[in-house]
Amino acid sequence: MKIPFVYNLRSIGQRPVSTAMTALGVSLVVAVFVAMLALANGFRAALVKTGSPGNVIVLRRGAASEMESGISRESERLIAADPRIATGAAGRPLVSPEVFVVINIPRAVGEGVNNVVARGVNDEAFAVRNIHIVAGRKFESGRSEIIIGKKIVPRFAHTAIGDTLRFATRDWLVVGHFEAGGSALESEVWGENEQFMPVFRGEVFQSVILRLTDPAAFDDLKRALEGDQRLTVQAQRESAFYAGQSTVLTRILTFLAVMITSVMAVGAVFGAVNTMYAAVSSRTPEIAVLLTLGFPPRSVLASFLAESAAIAFLGGVAGGLLALPINGIVTSTTNWNSFSEVAFAFRVTPGLLVGGVIFAVVMGVVGGFFPAWRAARLQVVQALR
Amino acid sequence: MALVELRNVHKSFQRDTQVIEVFENLTLDVAERSFTALMGPSGSGKSTLLNLIAGLDRPTSGTITVAGAKVNAMPPTALAAWRARHIGFVFQSYNLLPVLTAFQNVELPLLLAPLSRKQRDERVRIALGVVGLDDRLQHYPRQLSGGQEQRVAIARAIVSDPTLILLDEPTGQLDKRAAEEVLALLQRLNSELHKTIIIVTHDAHAAEKAKQVLHLEKGVLAA
Repeated sequence: MKIPFVYNLRSIGQRPVSTAMTALGVSLVVAVFVAMLALANGFRAALVKTGSPGNVIVLRRGAASEMESGISRESERLIAADPRIATGAAGRPLVSPEVFVVINIPRAVGEGVNNVVARGVNDEAFAVRNIHIVAGRKFESGRSEIIIGKKIVPRFAHTAIGDTLRFATRDWLVVGHFEAGGSALESEVWGENEQFMPVFRGEVFQSVILRLTDPAAFDDLKRALEGDQRLTVQAQRESAFYAGQSTVLTRILTFLAVMITSVMAVGAVFGAVNTMYAAVSSRTPEIAVLLTLGFPPRSVLASFLAESAAIAFLGGVAGGLLALPINGIVTSTTNWNSFSEVAFAFRVTPGLLVGGVIFAVVMGVVGGFFPAWRAARLQVVQALR
Repeated sequence: MALVELRNVHKSFQRDTQVIEVFENLTLDVAERSFTALMGPSGSGKSTLLNLIAGLDRPTSGTITVAGAKVNAMPPTALAAWRARHIGFVFQSYNLLPVLTAFQNVELPLLLAPLSRKQRDERVRIALGVVGLDDRLQHYPRQLSGGQEQRVAIARAIVSDPTLILLDEPTGQLDKRAAEEVLALLQRLNSELHKTIIIVTHDAHAAEKAKQVLHLEKGVLAA
């Protein structure tokens, strides 16, 4: 039978200062760990939300991103004729041929400009992409009007309704703000594709987004489009495309999170080592008594490991609570696929908090191992003197 | 056959380059149900002898048999389990765990036995009743007097009904009245509950309570 855990819990309470300092060290590591992964999580979620599993994105064959793609009007018409495409309220196919370019617009705060995606779309895009106007109205066909994603409105100048934003040698009137379920589309500037085409990349679209009548028909559609000799395109589920777009940066952010917190964790582990060596040292006679009573050394080892893990657990919970307020805070980074700014919210999930606590407990167990080992190897006779 | 048998026990310590001989060819028999006091000056090896009998220390050579088990030949894990079953140990400075209540301290040895919570509860109450502290179950050591702490330590030593109770200077830190109470308790454990007891003491008065007194001087035992 193991040594009762209440012995460890109450012993922790006997030395509140050193326990609190150790837990604080662990909590800071966990807070940074959770915050950095919440950053990666938020970025990934923003891009993943951008894609719907019922939608298909069609790009030029071999294009890894919309930037590299080009689809002619003729190709777009052939794609839009596919019978598997759903139709909208007006009976028109839910197909959105889109122009995709990156523009520079001035920041709201401080000097300088940043890259932002400007997307030229048609009327169907609002249904295909599930876009809602939250202020103002849609742009009108044939006019130099734009709408702005709500996440970048506070971050860039001249994005209020009624403002004029100048890019591509023209002035564009801001007529509305839109939301897209928290996705990366909320970091874009949208206008009519027919207005964007002549001022940007000529008579080509960069992508065609379409809604399937039945999502299960994707494989058939993909075979049909990619096998059509008149087209040189590739089709992907929109959700898979955007998940793929987030991979590189998510991996980098996750790698950084692990690297930075690993370095910090070394410090926290040393804190735990110190605290637990002090605990073992001050409780040498108690350990000797436990061994004298017949508790095997492995029970003593487990007991002190549990104590160290308990301190770290407290630190882990505190770290999670410290990191929690960043949930929902909007920040931005550059999407390495489009080299444009993507605004997104930190996303602290229950899984991330549990991961943080597990990380804390691992730090506690690692830090407590050698002191616990020393306790278990104690020579009873010497300890009793 | 004696409950405790030491045969040609030799024990020496290495201190820096110096070898300190504690015993040479020590032989001792302790009968079952006996109450033995072990006296001698400081450094004579009394506590070392107690530690050897309890299996807390190992002889340099010779054999130690307790209740038929060759203590000196047991591997550490088996020795720990054997000690839990057969030995009750009481220290001079009580050595109760300060963060546990009297009840929890006494319960500790029972956690090593295959007993239910209810069975443990009953036994702890009986043990604390035997030492007259059944009204102090939830008291922490700091809330008890020295005499009471030592009685809790004795309750912890007897709660698992061990074959042998070993006490190292159990009255060394107690005032006269508390020491009397503890000694009377030990006499009662021996006479009424037939416990075999070996007590190490400096105190001649304490030794008088035992049925047998042995003197250890320079590693040699004398009656």
